[in-house]
Amino acid sequence: MAKKGTKEHRSWIEAPAVEGEIMAAALDAEARRSEHPPARIAGPRRPFSFGRWFRATGWRHVVGIVVLVFALFPIVFVISSSLNPHGTLTGSNALFSAIGFDSYVRILTDPQIPFTQWFANTLLIAGVNAVASVFLGALAAYSFSRMRFTGRRFGLVTIVVVQMFPQMLAVVAIFLLMSSISDWFPAIGLNTQIGLMIVYLGGALGVNTFLMYGFFNTIPASIDEAAKIDGAGHARIFFTIILRLAAPILAVVALLSFIFTVNEFAVASVILIDTDKQTLAVGLTKLVSNPRYADWSAFSAGAVMAALPVVALFLWLQKYIVGGLTAGAVK
Amino acid sequence: MSTIDEDVAPGATGTEPKPTKRQRQAAGIADAASGGVKMILVKLLALGIVDAIALYALFVLATAGQWLVAAVVVAVAVAVNWIYFSRRRLPAKYLTPGVIFLVVFQVFVLVYTGYIAFTNYGTGHNGSKEQAVSSLMASSLQRVEDSPTYPVTVVDRLGTLGLLVTDPDGDALVGTNDEPLQPVDAEFDGDKAVAAEGWTTLQFADVLARTDEITELAVPFSDDPNDGAIRTPDGSSGYLYVSNLEYDAAAGTMTDATTGTVYSDVGTGAFTSPDGEELLPGWQITVGFDNFVRAVTDVRLAQPLVYVTLWTFAFALISVASTFFLGLFLAIVFNDMRMRGRKYYRVGMILPYAIPSFLSALVWAGMMNESFGFINQVLLGGASVPWLTDPWMAKVSVLIVNLWLGFPYMFLVCMGALQAIPDDIQEAATVDGAKPWAIFRLIKLPLLLVTVAPLLIASFAFNFNNFNTIYMLTGGGPRDSEAPIPVGFTDILITMVYKVAFTGQSRDYGLASAYSIIIFIVVAVISIIAFRRTKSLEELN
Repeated sequence: MAKKGTKEHRSWIEAPAVEGEIMAAALDAEARRSEHPPARIAGPRRPFSFGRWFRATGWRHVVGIVVLVFALFPIVFVISSSLNPHGTLTGSNALFSAIGFDSYVRILTDPQIPFTQWFANTLLIAGVNAVASVFLGALAAYSFSRMRFTGRRFGLVTIVVVQMFPQMLAVVAIFLLMSSISDWFPAIGLNTQIGLMIVYLGGALGVNTFLMYGFFNTIPASIDEAAKIDGAGHARIFFTIILRLAAPILAVVALLSFIFTVNEFAVASVILIDTDKQTLAVGLTKLVSNPRYADWSAFSAGAVMAALPVVALFLWLQKYIVGGLTAGAVK
Repeated sequence: MSTIDEDVAPGATGTEPKPTKRQRQAAGIADAASGGVKMILVKLLALGIVDAIALYALFVLATAGQWLVAAVVVAVAVAVNWIYFSRRRLPAKYLTPGVIFLVVFQVFVLVYTGYIAFTNYGTGHNGSKEQAVSSLMASSLQRVEDSPTYPVTVVDRLGTLGLLVTDPDGDALVGTNDEPLQPVDAEFDGDKAVAAEGWTTLQFADVLARTDEITELAVPFSDDPNDGAIRTPDGSSGYLYVSNLEYDAAAGTMTDATTGTVYSDVGTGAFTSPDGEELLPGWQITVGFDNFVRAVTDVRLAQPLVYVTLWTFAFALISVASTFFLGLFLAIVFNDMRMRGRKYYRVGMILPYAIPSFLSALVWAGMMNESFGFINQVLLGGASVPWLTDPWMAKVSVLIVNLWLGFPYMFLVCMGALQAIPDDIQEAATVDGAKPWAIFRLIKLPLLLVTVAPLLIASFAFNFNNFNTIYMLTGGGPRDSEAPIPVGFTDILITMVYKVAFTGQSRDYGLASAYSIIIFIVVAVISIIAFRRTKSLEELN
C-alpha cells in the first residue's frame, strides 16, 4: 500500500500542481487568472519583476524560513551547547561561543554516568524488540492473511481492539506482575533487561501484526498458489516468498518499533532499577532532573549522540516511514 | 510435517466442505517433502527448549506453592506440544508464539489493572495478612528487661546471616531472620558455641564489616511471634526482645502491651484501634468501589481529577488542531511546483519529528528554564517569563512544544493527501467559475478531511496519552500543593497515574489503577467512534 502510495505521490509531484497557489490566489484571484497562462508560456522572456515573483513564490520562502527557524533553533541550540566546553546552562546561551569536544569526552568517561552502557542497552533492547516483534507479528499476520480457520475473525477483531490500548496504560499492573515474577524467576523479573524485552514484545505485537496483515493482503495469493503447485510447503512459502516480498515493509515496521522503544520511558523506568541497566530515555531524563547535576553541556553531548542514529535512520527511510504512518488513510 | 488443508485461498469461508482424507494425505506428503529433516530437527530442538523451560518453571512454582500459576504453565506447555506435534492445526502453529506474549503482557495486564483498581494495593498494603503480622511484630521489638544474656556467634550460610545461640542450659541453637531457632550440633569453646555444621563462623573482621546487617538481625525464638526474638547489638552477646504488640490469632487482634489498646481487623486491610488509628503495614484486600468513590467524593482528590481530565482533553484537542492547521497551511504553501528548494525546507521541517521526543522535550525544558534558559536570557533579552513554573504559562509551553513536535507529521500527512486529490477536480471547478478559495473550502478541504480524519482521531488518541511531552518537559508541574497526591497543573491522566503509582511518598497502586480505568473508558469511546467512522471492523475479512 505504501509503495503504491509513494509512486502516486511522485507522479502528482511531476504533474504541474496548482493547489499551492490557492492562498496566493485568494488574495488576488482576478489578477492571477488573467496573468497565469501567459506566465507559463512566456515567463522566461519577460523581465524579472520582484513583485510578481514575491506574489507567486517569494512569500512561500518567507514562510519557509520562519518555519525553519522555529523548527531548527532548538536543534542548533543543543548542538551549540554540546560543543561548549563550559558545563552550565547559562554558559550554553551564547551560541557557538566556544567549540570543543570536552563535553563529549566528559559524558563518555564520567564514571558516575554510564552513558555508553545506556547507549548499548538501548540498542540491544530496541534492536531485539524490533526483530522479534516483527518476526512473531509476521508469523501471525501470515496465518491471518493466508489461512481460513475458525476464530479467525474473532482474532483479527481482538487484535484491532487491543492495539488501541497502549501498554503504558497498564504500567501499574505490569510493574506488579513483574515484581511477582521476580519472586519466582529473578532472571526475567524486575530489574532485568530480558524482562523489559518480553514486556515490550507483548505490547508491540498487536500493532505490528495488524500493520503487516494489511501489507500481506496486498501480495497476490496467486504467487503462493503457484509456489504450492511447484511443491513448496507453507513454511517455505512464508520464508522464501512472503517475507522476501514484504522485506521493505518489515524494515519499516521494525524501524517504527525501534524508534518507539528508544522513546519509551514509563514502563522502562519502573522495570529497570539499577542505573547501569537503564535505557537512554530513563538515564538521561533522571540525569537532568537531578537538581545537583549542572553539566548541561555534557547532557547536550549525550542528547546529540543519542539522537544521531535515530535521525539518520529516519531520514534515510523517510519515504517508507511516511507511507507506513499514513497507511490506510490515503487509499 | 503437516497438512495444508486449511490453507485455502483468501475469500473462501469456513463453511466450505472439508477436503477428503486422500486430499489431506496428498497435501501432507507434498508438505513433508518440501520440509526436510533439517526443519524437523529445528522443530524438535525448539520444542525441547520450551519444554525444559516449562519443567523448570513448574519446579520453581511448585516449590513456592503457586499451584494456579503452575497449572497455567502446564496447560500452555501441553497446548504448545500438542499444536506443534499435531499434523493439523496449521494456523495455530503460526499464531501461538505471538498469542502467548500478547495475552500475558497486553490482555492480562489490562485485566489485571482492572482488578487492582478494586484493591487497596499500595504502600502499607503490599502483602498478605501473615506478612503484615510478622512485619508489625518485628518493627515493635523491645528488649526484655532483666532477661538473661545469650552468648551468640554470628554465622553465615550461602550469604544469609544467622545467629548461633547458646541458651542458659548450654544447648546450641541456630536460626535466621526467617527461620526460628532450632537445636544444632555445635562446637563449643568453653560455654559458648562457636561453630555449627553447615554454617561458616564469621571472623571478627567480617563482623565489623557487616555490623549494620548484624544489628538488624532478629532471630525468632519460636514459631509463635509472641515469643519474641534474639537480637545482638555487638555480635557476641544476644538478648531476648519481645514485641510490644501481642497477636491473638484466634480473635485476629493485635494488642499493644504498653497502652493496652486493642487493634482489630475491621475489614479495611489494617489492624485498627477503636478510635480509628491504623497499624501499618497492613495487608492487601479488595475494597470494591472504594478507590473510585474516594477519587470522586474526596474533595482534595476530586478537584485534581477534574482539572486533570479537563486539561487532558484540552491538551489533546488543541494539540491535534494546532498541529493539523499548521501542517495543512505549510502543505498548501509548499505544494507549488514553481517554488525552488522545497526539498531542503522539507528536510529541515521533518527534523523535529525525527529526533526522539524525550530528548526534544528535555532540551526544550532547558531552554525554557526561567533563570538560565535560552529563551528568557537570549531571545527575550533577560526577561523572566515563568515558562514552566506558572500554572497557565506551563500549559502554554506544553502546547508550544507539542506543536513543535507534532507539526511535521501533519505536514507530511496533509502533503500526501493534497497531492492525492486529482487535478481534474480543480479544473472542473475552475471551468464552472468557482473562485480558488471556494474550491479549497468546498471541494478540497472536505476531500482532504475524508482521508485525514482517521489520522486525526489516531492523533487525538496518541496525544491523550502523550506521556513523554508532559513528563519530560514539566514533569506535570507546577505541583499542586493542596492535593494529597503528587499531581500538578500540567499533568494529564496518564502522567497522573504514573506519579500516583510510582513517585509519591506513598505509592497508591489501587487509586492509580482506578484512574487508568477512566483512561480505558475514554480510549474505548474514541475507538468506537473511529471504528464506526472507518468501518474498519466490518471490512476485516
